[in-house]
Amino acid sequence: MKLAQLLCPLCLALSAQMAAAGPKIEHWIAPSGARVFFVENHSLPILDVQVDFAAGTAYDPQGKAGLASLTQALLDMGVRGMDETLLSNRLGDLGAQLSGDADMDRASVSLRTLSAADKRVPALDVLRAVLTSPQFPADVLEREKARTVAGLKEELTRPDAIASNALWAAMYPAHAYGRQATPESVNALVRADLVAFYRNNYTAQRATMAMVGDLSRAQAEILAQELTSGLSSSSAVATLEMPQLPVATEQRIAHPAAQAHLMMGMPALKRGDPDFFPLVVGNYSLGGGGFVSRLMKEVREKRGFAYSVHSYFLPLAQTGPFQIGLQTKKAQANDALKVARDVLAAFIAEGPSEAELQAAKQNLVGSFPLRLDSNRKILDNVSVIGFYGLPLDYLDRYAENVERVTAAEIRAAFARHVKLDNMLTVVVGGLENN
Amino acid sequence: MLCSERITRLALVLVILAAPMPGLANPFEHQLGNGLRIIVKEDRRAQTAAHMVWYRAGGMDETSGTTGVAHLLEHMMFKGTPSTGAGEFSRLVAAAGGRDNAFTGKDYTAYFQQVPKQKLAQMMQLEADRMRHLNLDPKEFEQEIKVVMEERRARTDDEPQSLLFEQMGAVALQAHPYRVPIIGWMNDLENMTVQDARDWYERWYVPNNAYVVVVGDVDHNEVFKLAEQYYGPLAPRALPKRKPQIEPEQTGIRRLTVKAPAELPVVVMAYKVPVIRDVEKDADPYALEMLSAILDGHDAARFSRNLIREQRLAISAGTGYDSTARGPGMFYLLGSPSEGKTRADLEAGFRAEIARIARDGVAADELSRAKAQRVAGQIFKLDSMFAQAMEIGQLEAVGLSYRQDARMIEKLQAVSADQVRAVAQNYFRDEQLTVAELDPQPLPLSLRVPSATPRH
Repeated sequence: MKLAQLLCPLCLALSAQMAAAGPKIEHWIAPSGARVFFVENHSLPILDVQVDFAAGTAYDPQGKAGLASLTQALLDMGVRGMDETLLSNRLGDLGAQLSGDADMDRASVSLRTLSAADKRVPALDVLRAVLTSPQFPADVLEREKARTVAGLKEELTRPDAIASNALWAAMYPAHAYGRQATPESVNALVRADLVAFYRNNYTAQRATMAMVGDLSRAQAEILAQELTSGLSSSSAVATLEMPQLPVATEQRIAHPAAQAHLMMGMPALKRGDPDFFPLVVGNYSLGGGGFVSRLMKEVREKRGFAYSVHSYFLPLAQTGPFQIGLQTKKAQANDALKVARDVLAAFIAEGPSEAELQAAKQNLVGSFPLRLDSNRKILDNVSVIGFYGLPLDYLDRYAENVERVTAAEIRAAFARHVKLDNMLTVVVGGLENN
Repeated sequence: MLCSERITRLALVLVILAAPMPGLANPFEHQLGNGLRIIVKEDRRAQTAAHMVWYRAGGMDETSGTTGVAHLLEHMMFKGTPSTGAGEFSRLVAAAGGRDNAFTGKDYTAYFQQVPKQKLAQMMQLEADRMRHLNLDPKEFEQEIKVVMEERRARTDDEPQSLLFEQMGAVALQAHPYRVPIIGWMNDLENMTVQDARDWYERWYVPNNAYVVVVGDVDHNEVFKLAEQYYGPLAPRALPKRKPQIEPEQTGIRRLTVKAPAELPVVVMAYKVPVIRDVEKDADPYALEMLSAILDGHDAARFSRNLIREQRLAISAGTGYDSTARGPGMFYLLGSPSEGKTRADLEAGFRAEIARIARDGVAADELSRAKAQRVAGQIFKLDSMFAQAMEIGQLEAVGLSYRQDARMIEKLQAVSADQVRAVAQNYFRDEQLTVAELDPQPLPLSLRVPSATPRH
């Protein structure tokens, strides 16, 4: 609902055989050097384009945390020949939607437009300007810095954000994934920082482009080159260091909230790791499978400790985290923490039962069509495949890769990737219970 | 060639949107002998289906002392029938490769599954079973009421802006049940009994108070047959009379303040405005929707351009208006002032923006932009089966028909600049206004220092 969006403007977050095949993904390298991934689909008069750069927050230079996010945010706030008002009005006139985000690895810009030429062509002209000629006007930068700082200060009062920040800092103490923007680091940024960050990171070589929708291959090839030919070219390859494994610690942070926020986590999984499928299938039984996971049964169904409890892997370009999270009323924080820890320890030791494994496979394979039943979902999948260099048949082979996983492989994979000796715990709120 | 082909296709979509001829075109509708209506929209783009059951009973149908029972019952619907054990429902949906959940609103309670199309029959069987045969086991109730209290703590008690809206609702409205939070007051949850849930279930969960929406790669005649088979045998029952509970007229401004741990102040101005009761005769709700889009429809709409970007009065500023509801309508202006500006400054800024439109009207390009966005949005919505099912379900929930959807878009397209100016003049009066402010409280300093200790 719109209100919820408005209230949070500062939060910058069948049978296997039949459905096994994913959409046909065409791939080529544009003359500019950008990698292009295209799915042709004429069932709706819509075109979706997403361009991802290796320019996420992990590429923030030392002492300049917040730079990647701010650079991304200012891309459409003034381009050559068009100020932010004109740009937004033009997109509005066309009914087009421009959005974007920066996560740890990626800075993304995406455009959804009607595919009729009188709408599509001018909308893509705007997208090209956003990608290739952002101006980073100084007065806009000052305004957006102030808004970002206000948002960061608000976050520092929120128990969930406090917990998440503390956990990431503990999981990645000397690594780019653990660096966090602060009011001080954002206030210190100047226009030259944004210009330099843009020049170094928004290059054709660091760009992947995903397109889904009502366009022919020939049109897509022309479009890909048009959108990226104005990007600067650089041979510099994006690299991130491998994080060290931290030693298990437990942090308790006081907070007046009614609920304590409990989080556990550690660096665990990198994109392209051969243990990906055993970990994903195993996690379904542990805490990924909605209402049917062990964590949900033990924490919510049996004890009524929490409304929401989950575990997940977030594979990144470098080792991304495994995390468990739940919220519970203060007085029972320690009891809930013990239950979550026991469930995790038992799962690492035993792995899933045969029945759990079958249930996990049934759902992950059976629900495969639901992952791809809209252009938007196809775009999300294709952009991840493209950005992280996953095999082009990743979706086609998804079902067989899930089916092949054994309980022994899950146990072995969890033993390699999820270790209690490296597991960080953060509890925000609920201190009076100790 | 390519272009004209595409324009034709676009035109076709617009025609489908604009002229659903009863009996001929998608969506299709059928009513069972027990009163249950089935609405099917065929969408064959992927081999999946969305299945929803909507009950015309939500927060606004609750009575004093048992607030939150509609939502509590929604949770209990997953706790078993004589043929499906507690928790079994979600396990079966998961095994079918599906996703399921439910949501409770002020106007309705709805349940949904998204599944591979072959599993639709099983979903209908499961939903039909729990429509009349819920166990409501006291032990399950004891656990689940705790979960709901945790949900309230997470989503309201520890969310300052949710608290603000909860308090504002209770001040802006005095008689109409929209004043009560959907999750329920905590004290009512603490005193809720399994009998309260049972009474609610017996009163409202009957086929003649429900409708089913299916969108997906299905044949509507097949779905109607399945509906006869599974939902058909359920007996209807007379529904209690619903009292109008009309809100007495407000005659002066109302103000309230909520204090909670936060950094940013928040201002919400809530004006009482009409919603669509008669799609053809009503005019103002459409103009209010256009007003909302002109103020806050995109990054350079008036609030963003003037209040955030030029005057730097706010770090966020927006509107909220839903033109369809069973109960009374509300138009919200809300935002957070910039550092160095006060809540009063922002309130004055909001008032000035409305006054300017009341005095000078809106520009033709602002209005046409709002309309262009709306037309494109209708086509973008076709990308999601779930969104299409939601749209049908929500219109039906407020007593309108999904068949009027296209007509409503036409009415929006027909709104004139004069109409927008007129609603800005007529509805934004202090007599109709409630102002709610979040007064942020700093965290105690002693609570701000984190400490790390080794675990072993």
